[in-house]
Parts: sequence; C-alpha cells; structure tokens
Amino acid sequence: MGSDLAIEAVELTKTYGKGDKAVRALSGVSFSVRSGVIFGLLGPNGAGKSTTVKILTTLSTPDSGHATVAGIDIRRHPDQVRRVIGYVSQKPAFDPIATGRENLVLRGRIYGMSAREARRRADELLERFRLTEAATRLTSTWSGGMQRKLDVAMGLIHRPRVLFLDEPTTGLDPEARAEMWAEISALTRTERLTVLLTTHYLEEADRLASHLVIVDRGKVVASGSPDELKRHIGGDSVQVELADEDWNGHAQRTLQAVPGVTAVTADGSRLRARVTNGAAALPGVLTALEAAGIEPVSVSVARPSLDDVYLHHAGRAFREADQAGAGRTGVAA
Amino acid sequence: MTTFIAHTGLLTGRSLRTLSRQPAYLLFTLVQPMVWLLLFGQLFTRIAELPGFSTDSYVEYLTPGLIAMTAMMTAGWSGTSFIEDMERGVMDQTLTSPVSRGAVITGSLAYQGITTVIQSLIMFGVGLLLGARYAGGVLGVGIVLLCAVLLAVTFAALSDAVALLVRQQEALIGISQFLALPLSFLSSVMMAPALMPDWVADVATFNPLDWAAVASREALTASPDWGVIFSRVGSLLALAVVMGWLATRAFRAYQRSI
Repeated sequence: MGSDLAIEAVELTKTYGKGDKAVRALSGVSFSVRSGVIFGLLGPNGAGKSTTVKILTTLSTPDSGHATVAGIDIRRHPDQVRRVIGYVSQKPAFDPIATGRENLVLRGRIYGMSAREARRRADELLERFRLTEAATRLTSTWSGGMQRKLDVAMGLIHRPRVLFLDEPTTGLDPEARAEMWAEISALTRTERLTVLLTTHYLEEADRLASHLVIVDRGKVVASGSPDELKRHIGGDSVQVELADEDWNGHAQRTLQAVPGVTAVTADGSRLRARVTNGAAALPGVLTALEAAGIEPVSVSVARPSLDDVYLHHAGRAFREADQAGAGRTGVAA
Repeated sequence: MTTFIAHTGLLTGRSLRTLSRQPAYLLFTLVQPMVWLLLFGQLFTRIAELPGFSTDSYVEYLTPGLIAMTAMMTAGWSGTSFIEDMERGVMDQTLTSPVSRGAVITGSLAYQGITTVIQSLIMFGVGLLLGARYAGGVLGVGIVLLCAVLLAVTFAALSDAVALLVRQQEALIGISQFLALPLSFLSSVMMAPALMPDWVADVATFNPLDWAAVASREALTASPDWGVIFSRVGSLLALAVVMGWLATRAFRAYQRSI
C-alpha cells in the first residue's frame, strides 16, 4: 500500500437496466488521485459523476474495470475500503429527530469507537465546524447550511483517509456555499486527507480542486489542474451581452462569420466567441455586429474559463448539457 | 458476531430514541385497535352467550386476538422507515460504512418487537379496565407477548423485504393493507372457531394471525392445553425465521441494484 495514490480508477463501466431500457452511465472512466489533494469530478447532470462515486465508495459494483481506494481493491475488499473512507451523499443523511451531537456519536460508535472516544471526537468536529452552540438542539431545527456541515462532519468522524463529497453545495444559498468552500479547502490541511468532490458548478471546481477530471456522457474528456486545462486550450473568449434575447440567433451567425472566431455559444442573452487572441479579434467583432445592426449592451474579453474547457472537449456548452442531463438524472445520476 | 450485536443495539437504540421523542406515533397505531376493542367489545357483548365461546365476556375473548392483530398491523409499517432512509442519504451512508448488513434488518426487527410489547401491555390494561379477567396469570401474559412479538417480527421482516424491493411508500402501504384485512377476518380474532363457516375455519389454520390468537387465548385459560400452544408458537417462530432470512436476501437484491 506504499503508493501515494489515494484513488486509482481504471476503465470503469456501468450500465443500469437491461435491453431497450439500458442506460449506460459509465463507458470506461479512468483517473488517479494523489494523496492529500482536493480532486474535482466535474461534469453536467447525468454525466456519470455520482455513479463513479457510488462505485468507489462500494455502494455499487462496476460491470467491468477495477479501482483502488487508499491502495485497497474495491471489489476484493469492500469491507476494508469502508473503514478508510467517508462518504457524504448528495442527499441529507443526518437524523432530524436527533441532536447534532447524538448524530455524530452514533456514527462514531458504528465505526467501533467507545462511547467516550466518540463523544470526544464529536465535540472536536462540532467545534471545528462551529456547531457547538447548536449541538444539543434537534437537527430538524437547524439551517440548511448547518445541516450540510453536519453531514460533512459525520463523514469525518472516524478520521477517514479519503473523503467523498457528492455535490456538497447543491441547494445551499450563496453565503452557506462560500462557508462550505472555506471548510472544504481547510480539510486537506487539518485532517490530512484526500477529498474527491463531484460538482456541476464550474466555479466550485475552479475554486477548490487542485486537480480535476471533466466527465461527459460517461467518459473522462479532460484532466489536469484548472490552470493547465485552461492554458491547454489556449486563446481567449469574447463575451457579448445582448439587449434582447431574440437577437441571439442572428448575432450568433454574425459572430461565427468573423475571421478568427472558432466557436460561438449562447446562454440566454450572452454570447461567447472563442478566439485565439482577444485583443486582436475585438475590432472585427465590433465591426461585424455594427454591420449586422446589432447593438450589444457590453462586449468584453475574458481568459478561458472551465466553461470554455468543457465546450472545447465536449463539443457543447456546459449549461446546455447540464439541462439536457437533468431530465434523466433519475436513472443515471 | 460482537459487531453484529453491537450494531443491532445501536440501531435499535436509535429507533427507540426517535420513538421516545414522538410517542404520539405509538398512540396513533393504537387508535384503530382501541376502536375495535371499545366498539366491538360493546356492540357484540351478547355474542359471547353463544355456545362455542369459551368465555361469557366478549371483551375477554377479543383482547388477546386484538393484541396479535395490532402487532401484525403495526409491523406492516416497518419498511416505511427503510424507504425514508433510501429517500434521504441515510441508506447510502449506512452501506458505505462498516455496518453489519444483518444488523440493519435485526435492528429494525428488534425495535418492532419492543414497541409490540409496549402496545400489547397497554391493550391488556384497557381490556382489564373493561372487565376482562384472565386465569392464566403472568405466564399466560408472557405467552401472549411472545406470540405478539413473533407475529410482529414476521410481518416487519416481510414489510422490510417488500420495502427493499418496491422502494415506494405507496406500494408498500398498499400491499400491507391488502394483506392485513383478509388475514384479520379469516381468523378467530373476532369469532370463535366453532361458529365460523367451515371453509373459513380451514383457511384460518394456515393463517399466522390465527396461530397467535389461538395460542394467546389458550395460554390465558385456567388450565391451558400446552400442545396447542407449543404447536402454534413453534409455527410462528419458524415463520419469523424464514421471513427474517427473506428480508436479508431482499437487502442483497437492493444492494445489487444500486
């Protein structure tokens, strides 16, 4: 087990259902995660992130492929894997009819801690997540942000080596999200663990993950650090904000015809044109818009974002894919 | 094995803690049997005068059978908490932790057994208040509780198994209601076996609720026929074991499907 890889996944495949109703959730997902980092699994709804996590946490078994977590084979020794991982599911797992401390202590005892040990660790975590004051209140009375933090604390009770966070900030308000981000980025420092985080928020992956893979339609389409990924695709994007969404199609066609523009995506009244050099392309874009009779509200040049990275590798805009995938997340999330 | 017992204890404790904070739930499950006991007990007072009833008081006849029937009906809801756990992230979290899989089932069954004892004692109390008197004493009451618990375990295990397979609250409740009513009326809970139509009496001999009702009433008489009691309790025990095994199998099927 001397390797410094916290997770290694090789060619994982998984299909749900049979015959005509079969949904292929994973078609060969491979990646590896070094110890002690926050690793992001980024992709739109239905891309296969949750299925990957279910396999790595031993909830589900792959149809083919293999994987190790903390050096342990997930198929051969799932019981050993369960002792060294923490899993925070997308859905809440705390007991609302119990207090925060009771929730944590019970979890600790299930992992074989003595009552005293479990209480000590629970208090430590309550302190760490600043939940001490509410510790003796029923968790059903807590705010959504506090409940989410409790779920994460429960995943940490037994000092796991690898923590899986499945969409940790979905459904949180912006303030609670920012707070959760701060907590997560502190985890690898204070608890010395490896965090695998799935998210369909580009910003979240950009902020937290030191390495990430982009998953689309059951496959890894890109991997690297956020900066590497952005640098790799090169170029800039010119963003055009339109006054009226109705001009969208017309403007998109206009921009596509501008020399130097490689791709154009639309998101409501906002258009993004991929170009090799933003400053050089700008005059051409402005002239073309004017000639077409389109008056933009604003035009700006931006360095590539993860959105551009996704577009580059998946051939469609992230938000578009996210909405398309949301319809079938029930089966293949 | 020690982990299994420890985990069963922890999970049972969790459920009992929840119950202690929402005791109204237990009272809610007693509403229906109370209606049976108070209304039927009064309405059919004179039924016990018919030959074939071993006692003159209908409430006295009715109480042990109703205790068994209540145990069965309440246990039918057992699986709903599994479905709640699946809808929340509780089940996923449980399955990614080293919780003994068997303990998840036995924890649920042990909890059901304990609540059944509480329910049964309350119903006994009401029966006594209504004038029922039993010669069987403490041993008799103990047998009634044993029958109720075995019946509860049987139906809780069945409910858990169905929950793990159908994973839908409505479907589970539908199935358990569909079973409960016919089993109740095709039994000697309300009517003495000697007075039933023959075919009902025949069907009743295969009905676990009837086994519990017959053994319970017998145990409360002054000089019980132990052969009757042992055969019924033995059948209940065997059925409880089979259902428990079935529930663990259903658990495996559920895990394979995620």
